[in-house]
Amino acid sequence: MTFALAVDCGLVVLVLGMAIWTIAARTTFPAVAGFVAYGLLLTLVWMRLAAPDVALTEAAIGGGLTGVLLLGATSRLRATAQSAAAERPSAPFRLIVAGLCTLISAAIAAVVLLLPDPAPTLAPEAGAKLSLTGVGNAVTAVLLAYRALDTLLESAVLLLALVGVWSLAPDRFWGGAPRSLALRYRDGSLSLLGQVLPPIGIVLGVYIVWVGADAPGGKFQGATIIAAMWVLTMMAGLQNPPELGRAWVRLILVAGAAFFLAAGIAGFWLAGAFLAYPPGFAKPLIVAIEAALTLSVAATLGLLVAGPSARPVRT
Amino acid sequence: MSLILDAFTVVAVSLGAVFFLAGAVGLLRFPDTLTRLHALTKADNVGLGLVVLGLLPQAERPLAAVKLVVAWLLVQLASGTVSQLIARAARRAGPSA
Repeated sequence: MTFALAVDCGLVVLVLGMAIWTIAARTTFPAVAGFVAYGLLLTLVWMRLAAPDVALTEAAIGGGLTGVLLLGATSRLRATAQSAAAERPSAPFRLIVAGLCTLISAAIAAVVLLLPDPAPTLAPEAGAKLSLTGVGNAVTAVLLAYRALDTLLESAVLLLALVGVWSLAPDRFWGGAPRSLALRYRDGSLSLLGQVLPPIGIVLGVYIVWVGADAPGGKFQGATIIAAMWVLTMMAGLQNPPELGRAWVRLILVAGAAFFLAAGIAGFWLAGAFLAYPPGFAKPLIVAIEAALTLSVAATLGLLVAGPSARPVRT
Repeated sequence: MSLILDAFTVVAVSLGAVFFLAGAVGLLRFPDTLTRLHALTKADNVGLGLVVLGLLPQAERPLAAVKLVVAWLLVQLASGTVSQLIARAARRAGPSA
């Protein structure tokens, strides 16, 4: 008990220290490195809180994918880093930012600390109705049955984020391919990894989606791994990002959300409500929606890393 | 029998932790990128290998043991490639980096 407590206290100190380091770092690269380490430490925290689903998501999205996106931003900002570092916001402005951040942190802390003990929970009800959904993992049941609307909106938000990135492209490149992710020089070891790892990673990603019905895992975590494999092959120079205007690219991107929406609308006739599943068909429908969403989420995440169009459309 | 296996686990995992500690000390103390990488690879390869080896007898099912070994092999593959990339980038940047 005391040993576990010591480990937990050490984790808390490390997480807080890493958070302070990330904020205090003067340049972007150390800040991003700190942020990735912070994400991995948070993963351990979620594991200690017995929340493996959240831990997997934090490792895949919080540490991994966000880290890669921020690293990409760092390399794009390198040209202007000097002038940005020279400009310091005025003291009153910094004071206002610090004040607002403190206010938000204090409000969140107050909400958590003022929760009645035991905290109100729907977990027993969610567990009691689990057999109706056919899935064994309560987290998946919440995401795709009880609160399916949230997940539907989430998949739409991801598409909006991609549209936001795409809209940074100059008009003359619209619909063209993003710039190549490959290194400037050929590297034998990276292209070896780019050929050996993807078969393993894709199987692992599909496995995590599949097992998510009954155990920790799910479409977001699995899709992130699949997207990582795609990005790896692009970085190794084995393939280039596709042209963003192609019909098949757009189709894959919207397939998940479109199928989810169609299944939801079909619920009006088949089960009497939007996003309701007909009795007995809940599990096959959930697995089918997860499969379609996996494909779309993986493609969206990969293209988020690839960035906006940077080349004219080939004719 | 289970006492011997438990003792084996404690010894192997502790030895692995020593390698991680040595790797971390080397990362902090060694003078340049290449020697620091050299210290890190010891922690990754041998340290994690010993930790996995020590945890093998504690696996509840054979499949769990296989997963542990696969995790170690994947780390080998990834850390080997990343070390290579960092070393190459360091050599391009020059000896002072």
